[in-house]
Formats: sequence, structure tokens, C-alpha cells
Amino acid sequence: MKTKKRAKPRTHQLTPLQKAPSGIQGLDEITGGGLPRGRTTIVCGGPGCGKTMLGIEFLVRGALQFDEPGVLMAFEETPEDIARNVASLGFDIEDLAARKMLFLDYVAVESSELQEAGEYDLEGLFLRLQSAIQAVGAKRVMFDTLEALFSGFSNPGILRPEFRRLFRWLKDQGLTAVVTAESGEGTLTRHGLEEYVSDCVVLLDHRIHDHISVRRMRIVKYRGTKHGADEYPFLIDERGMSVLPVTALQLQHEVSDERVSTGVPDLDELLEGKGYYRGSTVLFSGTAGSGKTTLAASFAEATCQRGERCLYIDFEESPKQVARNMRSVGIDLAQWSRKGLLFHDAWRPTQYGIEMHLLRIHKLIEQVKPKAVILDPITNLINASTEKEVYSMLLRLIDTMKSAGITAVFVSLTRGGESLENANAGISSLTDTWILLRDVELDGERNRVLCVLKSRGMEHSNQLREFQLTSEGVRLIPAYIGSGGVLTGSSRVAQEAKEKADALLRRQEAQRRQRQFARKRIALEAQVEVLQAELAEIEQEARQSSVQEKERDDELLFDRQRMAESRGSREKAADE
Amino acid sequence: MRLKAKGKAKVVKDSGKLIELRLYVAGQTPKSLAAISNLKKICADDAKTRYHIEVIDLVKNPALARDHQIVAIPTLVRRLPVPIRKIIGDLSDTERVVVGLQIVQPKR
Repeated sequence: MKTKKRAKPRTHQLTPLQKAPSGIQGLDEITGGGLPRGRTTIVCGGPGCGKTMLGIEFLVRGALQFDEPGVLMAFEETPEDIARNVASLGFDIEDLAARKMLFLDYVAVESSELQEAGEYDLEGLFLRLQSAIQAVGAKRVMFDTLEALFSGFSNPGILRPEFRRLFRWLKDQGLTAVVTAESGEGTLTRHGLEEYVSDCVVLLDHRIHDHISVRRMRIVKYRGTKHGADEYPFLIDERGMSVLPVTALQLQHEVSDERVSTGVPDLDELLEGKGYYRGSTVLFSGTAGSGKTTLAASFAEATCQRGERCLYIDFEESPKQVARNMRSVGIDLAQWSRKGLLFHDAWRPTQYGIEMHLLRIHKLIEQVKPKAVILDPITNLINASTEKEVYSMLLRLIDTMKSAGITAVFVSLTRGGESLENANAGISSLTDTWILLRDVELDGERNRVLCVLKSRGMEHSNQLREFQLTSEGVRLIPAYIGSGGVLTGSSRVAQEAKEKADALLRRQEAQRRQRQFARKRIALEAQVEVLQAELAEIEQEARQSSVQEKERDDELLFDRQRMAESRGSREKAADE
Repeated sequence: MRLKAKGKAKVVKDSGKLIELRLYVAGQTPKSLAAISNLKKICADDAKTRYHIEVIDLVKNPALARDHQIVAIPTLVRRLPVPIRKIIGDLSDTERVVVGLQIVQPKR
């Protein structure tokens, strides 16, 4: 600038780097507040990767949300073309221009018509820029793309100092600028713009992976700030750009002691009578047709009955189909959709890459703010990706949901034949409660059995229950567990009947034996009586005999005495 | 504000070819002044052609830079005869200017 405006004197206190918020979902989180204020950021990448989109969104949101008017210096597309491109995002550029929030300047740089004859500089550009900034009081500027100047002017010896002058000037004016640039082979930008602008460099990438387009963003450099250095997936949809945020992967979230009903009273019974912990993660796994969706729908209904919003994401069936099927078990999902408590969305897993799924789910969560989220089924996602990626995606999703206190339900389909525990090994370790639905085949019947394999933090029953779908919902009946294993269905009924019969038989047998004993006792008692009578007789005889003995002894004695007496008396007579 | 170059608008004897030029400058910077003086000299040297020179100071009227799509300073635009030709620089390279403006008449 040739005017004599002095740069503002720099203060000597150390102030932290100011940031200009972009308003782009997720980007402000990764950068810790936005792009560096008063500095220039380079956004580079291949063609079609979204550089222009990012810059424009930065300008438009700056004007709309943060009251910072902006200037767009367009070198490649005319403002009309740009306006048309972003109209689909709901950005009305012409309206903003009319309201003096945005100034658009199309800079035509044609190389063929220009002859160079002597020294020149780019003062014309500076003058235009300054008049544009003054026209709206701009705080933000976007150049799309400055590299066009390289093709217009063939003398790099003149261009490079002018670039330096431009960025210094922007800094002195305290303007936050975004410059788009095309990536070079092995270099960040084709013409090496990053030499002049090194405060912040953002690299965008657009790849095709397995037929699915994947967009990624990386903060290559951000001076003076701790920033996320990974590649973050992002998408561009009808609301603009969204970057997958990096919230707490730190396991520091708050936990709740509150319990929420599962929607099935018999199942609540198995979980201390109270249900799941709020904010926990629940996994229903089982083979096809085992009733997992019904359990999920029961939980959705219970959530809505509490007046809380539920987000149900279906990767397999359409919402209408699920609603119809659930009516047959007495669950009316349609009424909750009507009341605005149930948000039932469905899309095919093969429609996007895994990161896109995560982003889309994320956006829905932000929009709907549910207290419960159901993914049915998650195993379908593996069709679109690998198990490892799905695991990583679920991990991040769980983290986000736990931080927000959202109860998550995952439905997992396992193939019959493989051990159900094995099939879910990785994912089950992420969940707090794991409910397994298993088929039991016996005697020509297949019945379902439910078991709570694990439930962290609570006492849960380890008993199997027979799982029945009735017109009033899910019922759990204690299954018969005996020597023959688990019996369900008719076998159970048959076994119960058999047991009853057995019990009856035993009772009868016992009664018979009692009668037998009674009879024997009577007989024995009769015998005892007889023997006692004999005994009495013998005693009698014995007494009698002893009495007789005594009498005889007495008589003998008497006789002897008499004889003695009579002998004595004769002797006496003889003596006389 | 338009400044008309003084003099050198004489009609000359030959073909009566008129060349209309517009020179965009930015204030009184060295390059701008050099361009003005170089241009006058070139035009003076070519006595056979009529030149009509208009000097536009973009510092005084920045909106014109946008309207006329000027990026480099100085820029010389030959508006007539068509097609339009643009030359950038302080015009110190006389040959280039001449070639660019195509004012050298083919010698018989």
C-alpha cells in the first residue's frame, strides 16, 4: 500500500493467539477456536476437495453468525458461479452482498493478452482489495485462488515480493485471511505459497475408497496452538461442511446412577428389577429372527413413554416396516413418531464410507438431542468396511454418547453356527450390558432363550429365560433346566407334565407304603399281645409253683415236727 | 479525474491512423511517473501516428480498477484500434511496447 498508514504498534505483553471462529461444525474444535485471527491460513488440496467451500463458509458464517463482514477476491470463478454453487447450501451470497456483509470482486487474470514491458507491481490488486474492505468494513478476506496470479504474470521475481507485501499488509490490517491453493506433487502447494504464509496450513483430501468417496482434513501446521494433528473425516452436505469432532476420547465422562426401564418388565426383573443404567451401552446379539429388533423397539417405546427423545437408526429395514412389525407385538411406534419423540431414520450401510456414517449419526444426535440412540444392526456396517474400522467408529460414537449421557443400544446379528460369544468378542467388550438371544432346538421345535451375559455394575440373574413374543409384547418365562439341559416350548410343557405325573406316582407309592406299615404294625401288635398273655400265664404258673413249693415245705416241716413230737413223747413215756 | 496528455495530438501527414491509449497509474510513484514519461516519448518518436492518451489515476478512483479489471500497475491499454491490447510495466522496454501496441508500420 502506498498510503501512509502506519501499522498498529505491537503490544509487548504476551497475549494468547486470537482465533476467528469458523462456525463450521467440528473445525473449531480441532483448531481450538477457529482460524488464527489477523493471520492468513492456506487451505490446500486437490481439485474438488472442498477448499473453496471451506473458504466461503468461513466468510459467510463470519458475516451471518459472528458479525464479521468479509471480502471474496475470486480469481477463477465469477461471483455468479460461486453464488450458484453455494446456494444449495442455503447461503444466499447475493443477499449478503446487498446487505453489505459481503463484497465480491472477480479478478480476471488472462495471461495471453498481457505483454510485459518493464517493471510493474500489483498495486491495482491492492487498491481493489482496499476499496472492497472499506466498502463493508470487512474483517475477513478470502482469495480463491491466489495462484491464478502465477499463470497471469510470468515474472516470479515480481510476484514473490508482492505476495510478501500482501500478507504483511493483511496482517498489519488485522484481517483474517483464507487463501486456497492447489496441492503440488510432494509439496503442499504447487507454487510454494506456504513459504509466505506459514501461520496455518490446512490440507484437504478427497479419495475414493472401495467405490465410496471419503473426505479428510488435516491441520498440517498451526503456529502457536496445540491442535489436533490427525486426519479428520468431514462431509459436505446441504448444511455446509461438518468435520468429525474429536471430543473426549479420554474416558472422563460423568456417570449416572439412574436406571431406565428396558421396556420389558420381565427383563427389568433380571436386572435388579430396575433396568439399564442411564448412559450405558447395551448390546443385543442373536441370530436372525431371534427378536432383537423387538427388544430394541420395546426400549424405544419405554424411552418415549418417559417423555424422552429416542433416535432409532436402521441399517436394514425401513421405519414403516419396523413399525408395522412391531404392531403385532403390541408396540405402537408410529404414535411416538407423530408426537415428535421418536426419530426413526434409515439408510443403507453401503451408501457411505464408515466415517460418513459416523458423521451422519453425529449430526443427527446434535440435531435431535436424544436420550437414547439405537443402531439396528451394527453388523451391517461391516459390509461397508472392515471390523477394525467399525470397532473404531463405535468406540468414538460410544464416547460421544457417554459424554452426553445418552443410553445406547446396539443390535448385532450373528450367524448361526458360530459361537455367539466369539462373534461379538470385540464389540461386546465395549458394552456395559450384553443380552444374548439364542435358539434352542429340541424335539422338532425351535424356541428362543434369552440370557443376560453381562451387566456391569449390577447384580443380574444368570438364568436362562424362554423368550416369547406375545401380542402384549415380550414375555420371559423361566425355562426348564433339568438333566436333559434346557427345555423350552412344548418340550418344557411335556417335561412339566411328566414331572407332575412322576410326583403323583411317588405320592401314591408313599401312601401305599404307609398303609403297608400300618397293617404290619397291627399284625405285630397282635402278636405282641399274644406273647404278653403267655408271659402272664407263665408268671402266674411260676408264682403258683413257688407257692405250692412253699406249702409243701411247710407241710414237710410240720410233719417232721409232729413226728418229732410224737417220738419225743414216747421216749418220755419210756423213761418213766 | 482524467488528465489529458498535453500536446502530441497533432495530426500528421500520413495514414491518419488513430491509436487510443489508456494508462492506469497509482499516484505519483516512480513506476507510474516513468510510465507516463516513457509513453510520451514513444508516442513522440512515432510522428506518423496520432495518439490519444488518457491517464487514469486509480488512487483517486479505485473503483475503476475493478470495473476495468486492472491488477498490475502500470497498465497500458490500447483501446483503438481493436482488438484491445494490454501491456503492463513502466514501459521502459520500448521495443516491447512498440511490438505490443503494434504501432510499427510494415516498411514498404
